[in-house]
Amino acid sequence: MAEVKLKGTWPSPFSYRVIWALKLKDIPYEYIEEDLSNKSPMLLQYNPVHKMIPVLVHGGKPIFESAVILQYIEEVWPQNPLLPNDPYERAVARVDPHFSRTSPLDRWRLFRTTAGEEQEKAKKESLEMLRALEEHGLGDKKFFGGDKIGIADIAFGGVAHWLEVIEDLVGVKLIEAHIFPRLHAWTKNFKRVPIIKENLPDYSEMLLYLKREGITF
Amino acid sequence: MGEENKVTLYGMWASPFVRRVEITLKIKGIPYEYVEEDLRNKSQLLLQYNPVHKKVPVLVHNGKPIAESLVILEYIEETWKNGPKILPEDPYERAKVRFWASFIQQQARQSLFDSLVSAAKSSGEAHEKAMKEVFEKLTVFEEGMKDFFPSGTPHFEDENIGFLDIVLCSLFGHHKAQEEALGLKIIDPERHPLVYSWVTALNEVPAVKESLPPHDKMVALIQFLRRNAPHRSSEA
Repeated sequence: MAEVKLKGTWPSPFSYRVIWALKLKDIPYEYIEEDLSNKSPMLLQYNPVHKMIPVLVHGGKPIFESAVILQYIEEVWPQNPLLPNDPYERAVARVDPHFSRTSPLDRWRLFRTTAGEEQEKAKKESLEMLRALEEHGLGDKKFFGGDKIGIADIAFGGVAHWLEVIEDLVGVKLIEAHIFPRLHAWTKNFKRVPIIKENLPDYSEMLLYLKREGITF
Repeated sequence: MGEENKVTLYGMWASPFVRRVEITLKIKGIPYEYVEEDLRNKSQLLLQYNPVHKKVPVLVHNGKPIAESLVILEYIEETWKNGPKILPEDPYERAKVRFWASFIQQQARQSLFDSLVSAAKSSGEAHEKAMKEVFEKLTVFEEGMKDFFPSGTPHFEDENIGFLDIVLCSLFGHHKAQEEALGLKIIDPERHPLVYSWVTALNEVPAVKESLPPHDKMVALIQFLRRNAPHRSSEA
């Protein structure tokens, strides 16, 4: 099998999305930590457009953008599928990764760096998004993917773990159990899945990092 | 096939996102019913079908709604297996197409239009800066596209257009209307010859030509949006 390399940075949730997908499908890979403050010429050559990570390199060929990488992984390694078989179910699962691009995390960056009216607006938008996830995304299911985690759960993993750290940092809780009971339960269930549990950035280390660097992802 | 397959598209005449779904349905020869939405007064059905974003396009197939234009395109590709394919077979080629589609979608939606409106509203240095940003983005795209068209000139026979073609022409097919309305040159054949010739060639494809919004109506709408665009003091 051709070599698989993943260039990522700690603690970016976008890198972790790819790590989870690779591990869930039991695909051996080499992880290369990219120091963003000192970007290697090779990385820029591979991804001149966004100059961002993650980049998956398969048999020497680079693939960019975590959502695109997830689809690629699913197509090349169909074992332990992350997407359902039915085209309609797939369409429903796919909406979420697109949605997650303008994610609650983005809103949180705004929340932290603004004040007054703008901050209120950012908070309102974050809550609306979470409401949509709670009612339409999850509904009665345990995971977005149903009984097992799928591509949408992976895409929203950022909400499960990273948002908690940011909430700690900013001092405001968004996902309160009494306001978003399903989403709250989902964050706990998601982090209990063994592959996820074993592959999460350390909480206190992340808190320190965010305090020092700000929200860089 | 037959009466089992009811397809309805909820859209708005000026929306590039709706247009790309229309072009795709036409290319694949899928019969559909089109419902024009007044975005200032959205129908109950639309709100019911897309409760999360309340936006068009929404494709309803046998009563089941799908939202988000790029997701709809993938759904169409997977569901109607006869007819021309819009995505390549090879997963790596598909990844490249999806990446660039996502790139122009994000760049165009998030900042190209904003840059263009700021450029149109401002003058002197601010205008120069805004236009420079627009051109830089188009140049990145132009450079990336040389990979797809090594011989240099795109041409399309028998409507064999694909995912990326559809995304591009939906966003820039009406560039002449945008240019007239904003008084700016956006797709300059001298600066971005490949993108220019590509868009021009695409506009000749019947399915694309039929879906192009009427020029004068488009000009009027863009001028209206420009006059009423929110004032962004903090953005360059």
